[in-house]
Amino acid sequence: MDKNPHNTGIRQDLPPPKMHVGVAGWIRKNMLSSPTDVFLTVISVYILYKIVPPLANWAVLDAVFSGDVNHRNECREIAAGACWSVIVARFEQLLYGFYPVHLRWRVNLTFILLFVALIPLLYDQVRGRKYLLWFTLIYPIFAFFMLWGGLGLESVESSKFGGFLLTVLIGVTGIAVSLPLGIALSLGRQSSMPLVRLLSVCYIEFFRGVPLITLLFVASTLLNYFMPPGTYFDLLLRVIIMVILFAAAYIAEVVRGGLAAIPRGQFEAADALGLKYANCMRLIILPQALKISIPGIVNTFIGLYKDTTLVVIVGLLDPLGISGAALADSKWQGLSTELYMFIALGFFISCFAMSRYSLYLERKLDTGHKNQ
Amino acid sequence: MNNGNMTKTVVPSDDRDHSVAIEITNMHKWFGKFHVLKDINLTVERGERIVICGPSGSGKSTLIRCINRLEEHQRGDITVDGILLTDNIKNIAEIRREVGMVFQQFNLFPHLTVLENCTLAPIWVRKLPKDEADKIAMRYLERVRIPEQALKYPGQLSGGQQQRVAIARSLCMNPKIMLFDEPTSALDPEMIKEVLDVMIQLAKSGMTMLVVTHEMGFAKTVANRVIFMDEGEIIEENSPDEFFDNPRNKRTKLFLSQILSH
Ligand SMILES: Nc1ncnc2c1ncn2[C@@H]1O[C@H](COP(=O)(O)OP(=O)(O)OP(=O)(O)O)[C@@H](O)[C@H]1O
Ligand SMILES: [Mg+2]
Repeated sequence: MDKNPHNTGIRQDLPPPKMHVGVAGWIRKNMLSSPTDVFLTVISVYILYKIVPPLANWAVLDAVFSGDVNHRNECREIAAGACWSVIVARFEQLLYGFYPVHLRWRVNLTFILLFVALIPLLYDQVRGRKYLLWFTLIYPIFAFFMLWGGLGLESVESSKFGGFLLTVLIGVTGIAVSLPLGIALSLGRQSSMPLVRLLSVCYIEFFRGVPLITLLFVASTLLNYFMPPGTYFDLLLRVIIMVILFAAAYIAEVVRGGLAAIPRGQFEAADALGLKYANCMRLIILPQALKISIPGIVNTFIGLYKDTTLVVIVGLLDPLGISGAALADSKWQGLSTELYMFIALGFFISCFAMSRYSLYLERKLDTGHKNQ
Repeated sequence: MNNGNMTKTVVPSDDRDHSVAIEITNMHKWFGKFHVLKDINLTVERGERIVICGPSGSGKSTLIRCINRLEEHQRGDITVDGILLTDNIKNIAEIRREVGMVFQQFNLFPHLTVLENCTLAPIWVRKLPKDEADKIAMRYLERVRIPEQALKYPGQLSGGQQQRVAIARSLCMNPKIMLFDEPTSALDPEMIKEVLDVMIQLAKSGMTMLVVTHEMGFAKTVANRVIFMDEGEIIEENSPDEFFDNPRNKRTKLFLSQILSH
């Protein structure tokens, strides 16, 4: 047999033909290649024309950005567009809630280090990943003491937490804990042990069948009945736990879909090689199942992240809660559009980042193999 | 690595015949109510190459899958390498360590490179250090003549190449017995030979092999026994020459006339 069976020809390799012939060529090929194409292009351009200029006028050209403006009426005197001064005035509250001002550096530090902790999880090629992973491991403990205090740090009560601090805290904790819990549940649902299977199914069906709001109410009121009188169990913590339990049920079902897509031959090959159950799952089945499940998992994460706004129902002041307070202030009454757009932007950035990351991950994990 | 004799205490040592690789006695298997294997008796000596053939649905795959417990038999005994196959997880694990299997659909792990496919089990089952496992894997990839593909993913290889990787992957566990379940029937004709060549070479090295195949040329050159199955029974068992030239059973004759005619 040939050492190199591909190198049998004598013709030289040529570069592939160039496809681009300038902007005009690209437009003609991609936007005007058929009557339907032309029609759709015209409609799209018209819709954009109707939406973009007025929006740009309102949000940028006719808008007031100054932080010196202290009342909505002052805004109106300057320009007719958006009055972003409300955001400037309430910016810190929207970020931190009522977290003590002189301690906000702790929140900032925790937030910045969150990315350091995330790097080794998100990118497996970084240098020194081993050491970074150790940091990731202790990060939750570090974050806990930084945010709530203790160990010599001035302590801060949960009721002071608010704004995007609350969103990120609930969102990131929820995501980080619900993924492993969800994976465990999905494996439990496939288990050969009837009791494990039954418990997993009951759990999943219960938490998927109940609205999150109900669970949050349970967390805020009902749980008190079950706890011994006199014990105090932080409301924020209870809410986070409910969010985790809720999201884990969804993750479990998404991962189950991935597991079901793995051909039986993969299990059989692993068995035939003598791999134990745990190694078979960890090394062979889950990497493939999770890869298939990425879109669904990220979907659940994004849903969870946005659902954190529901905590306002039980009295936690997430960005929407803070904006409610701002709107109740006679100085800023009626500026809900500005506030909601700002909050929407905050959510959009996080969710868009998650979505892009998942695309990157899918591309990276593609080994050119559609499952047999 | 040889952690053999200490742990194989299930069968008293004087009962063990070291020249026997596999012993199946009065074995039955049902799928639900369907009696798929009926009173199977088969003794495989070390170094034997046995070809199993028979019509579709006759239970060939099920038979060899019982040997490494991919399927569970319900009655009778299977003894592999002196270990009685029972529900005991330790016995099953030990048997699987000694028995390699090659599947019709290759069943390579698509998310791992060829090299990682080959080193996975040696590292996690045999507990070899990674560099040693790499060395062994490269040796077997050379034996199946595709060392240059080591860093590619299975999805980037042809069917014949994938099947050779699958063979190498099994051999990396240094098995005493190899099971093949129609290893060439998912391949295009021009790739069948490259896989059969590897198997012939393996047979020459003295490996104990059970091969389910309809490649009669392979059976003639390599097998020292051919087994014919039909409807869950072993109907005929013979040397290849006798089997092809003088089939004794009516059904064998019919089967041979069918596969040789096309
Ligand atoms: N998991 C299963 N559950 C129920 N019946 C099964 C199962 N696997 C196989 N069978 C049945 O058992 C019989 C024997 O199957 P087996 O795969 O062993 O046949 P085979 O001889 O290998 O056939 P082929 O040449 O088509 O591979 C068939 O009738 C098949 O339908
Ligand atoms: Mg078969």
